[in-house]
Amino acid sequence: MNTGIQLAYLVASVLFILGIKYLGKTKDARKGNFVSAVGMLIAIVATLVTLDILTLLEIGVCILIGSAIGLYYAYKVPMTKIPEMVALFNGFGGLASFAVALSDYYLKSGTNLASLDAVNLTSIVLSLLIGGVTFTGSMVAYLKLDGKVSGQPITFTGQHLLNLVLLLAFVAASVLVFLDPTQITYIVILIVISLLLGILTVIPIGGADMPVVISLLNSYSGMAACATGFILNNNVLIVAGSLVGASGIILTQIMCKAMNRSLVNVLLGGFGQTVATGGADGPAVVVKEIGVEETAMLFDSASSVIVVPGYGMAVAQAQHVIRELMEQCEKRNINFRFAIHPVAGRMPGHMNVLLAEANISYDKLIEMDDINEDFSNTDLVFVVGANDVVNPAARTNPESPIYGMPILNADKARTVIVSKRSMGKGYAGVENELFGYPNCLMLFGDAKQTITKVVGELKEMA
Amino acid sequence: MDASELIVLIYVLVLASYLGFELIFKVPPTLHTPLMSGSNAISGITIVGALIACNELGYSTLSKWLGMIALVLATINVVGGYAVTDRMLKMFKKK
Repeated sequence: MNTGIQLAYLVASVLFILGIKYLGKTKDARKGNFVSAVGMLIAIVATLVTLDILTLLEIGVCILIGSAIGLYYAYKVPMTKIPEMVALFNGFGGLASFAVALSDYYLKSGTNLASLDAVNLTSIVLSLLIGGVTFTGSMVAYLKLDGKVSGQPITFTGQHLLNLVLLLAFVAASVLVFLDPTQITYIVILIVISLLLGILTVIPIGGADMPVVISLLNSYSGMAACATGFILNNNVLIVAGSLVGASGIILTQIMCKAMNRSLVNVLLGGFGQTVATGGADGPAVVVKEIGVEETAMLFDSASSVIVVPGYGMAVAQAQHVIRELMEQCEKRNINFRFAIHPVAGRMPGHMNVLLAEANISYDKLIEMDDINEDFSNTDLVFVVGANDVVNPAARTNPESPIYGMPILNADKARTVIVSKRSMGKGYAGVENELFGYPNCLMLFGDAKQTITKVVGELKEMA
Repeated sequence: MDASELIVLIYVLVLASYLGFELIFKVPPTLHTPLMSGSNAISGITIVGALIACNELGYSTLSKWLGMIALVLATINVVGGYAVTDRMLKMFKKK
C-alpha cells in the first residue's frame, strides 16, 4: 500500500476523532457529525483511487443502491422509531463485516493459501463470530423493539448451557479451521454457530433492558470493524472500530449503572418474568383519581413544574402536546422543566431526541443527578408514561427487584400527577408504591388526549 | 502478516480505544442517541473492506458477490447513519 493512501487514512482517522470530540458540546454536535462524514468520504475516495477501479460499474451500482436505501430510511423514520432504526443499521454493519471476512477467506483459500496465516485466520474467525452475533442479535432486538416479536423475555431450561456448548463448539471448529484452512465445512459450522448465538443471546432479554442491549450491540459492530481491520491490515478500520467499540461499552456501563444491575445480570435475561410472580401477592395499591379540569387548575396555581417523561410518552406521541402545555405554563411564569432518567425510553438519550423534535429547548432537559435535589421544593410533578424510574420502592423496599436503582425523587414534590393509560405495571413488572402515596393523583387515559384537554382548559382560564 | 506488522496494528487498537474512552465520557447524556447513530455510521468504515473485496473481475466467484453484498450493506449504514444523525442534531436547539 502506498504512502498517499496511508496518509489519507490517517486524515480520515483524525476526522473521526475530531467528530466525536465535537459531540461533547451540543452546539458543536452537528458540525462534528459533518466532520466525521467528511472523514468517511476521504477514506472511501482514497480506497477507490488505489484500487485502479477494475470494476467501477458494480461498485457504483452497489453504492447507489445502498445510499438510496439509507437516505430513504433516514428521512422517513419517525423519531419514536429511532431505536428500531439504530438496531437495524447496526445489524447491517455487522453483516457487512461478516461478508467481508467471508469474501476474504474465499479469495485467499482459492488463490493464495500461504497468505492465510495464523493472524489472518484468527481475524477471520473473530470477524465471523462478532459480525454474525451483531447481525442476528440486532435483528432480534429490532423485531422486539418494533413489536413484531413479544418484548417479553423468552427463556427455556438449559438456555445458558446451550449457549456455552455452542461457544465451545465454535472454539473447536476454529481450531479445525487452523489445522486445515481449505475445509469449507468448518467455516460453514462457524457461520451457523455465530448466527445462532446472536439470536439465543438476545431472546432472553426483556423490553426494558433494550437500552443495554442496543448499546452493547453498537459496541460489537465497532469490534467487528476492528477485526476486519486486522484481516485487511488496515489502520483506519481499527481506529474507527475502536472508537465505536469504546462508545458502545461506555453507554452500556451507564445504562447498567442507571438500573443498578450488572451487565452479566442483564445478559442472563429473564428479568421481568421472575419478578411478575413475586409482585402478585403484594397488597393492591389504592389510588386517587384526578380529572382534566382539576389537573388544569393544579397547573394554573403552581409556580414550579417538573415533567418526568418515559417510554409511554413516546408510544402515545404526546411530546408535541406537552410542548403546548409548557407554553401555557410559561405564559404564567411557571418554572417548567423536564427530568430525564438515563434509562427512560428504549435507548440512551431517547427522550431528549423526542423532546427536541417537539421543539423544546435542550436546556430545559435536566439530568437526574442535577435535578433530584429540586423535587422537594417543586409544586407539581407530572409523570407521563414513566413508571419504574419514579418508584420509591427502589429506595425503601429491600425486597423489591428494583431496590438500589437510582430513581427520580418525584414523590418528594408537593403534588404528583401521573398520566397513565391504566393501572398496568411497569416493565420491571413491579407494583409502583408512588401511586398509593397521599400526594399522588392518577390522570387516567391516553396521554395525548388527556393532555390536549388539559391544555384546552388552561387556554380557557387565561 | 509478520509480528512487527501485527504489533503496529495492536498499538493502533489500544491507543484508539483509550482515546475513544476519554472522548466519549465527555459526551453529554442529551446527545447519547445521536452519539449512537453517529458511531453506527462510523462503524460503516467496513465499506473500505467491502470496496477492496468487490474489486475483482467477473461475477463467477463467491468472494466477489459477498463483497458486493457487503458494499450495499455498509453504504446503507454509512449514508443512513450520517443522514439520520444530522436530522436529529438539527432539532437540538436552545432558545
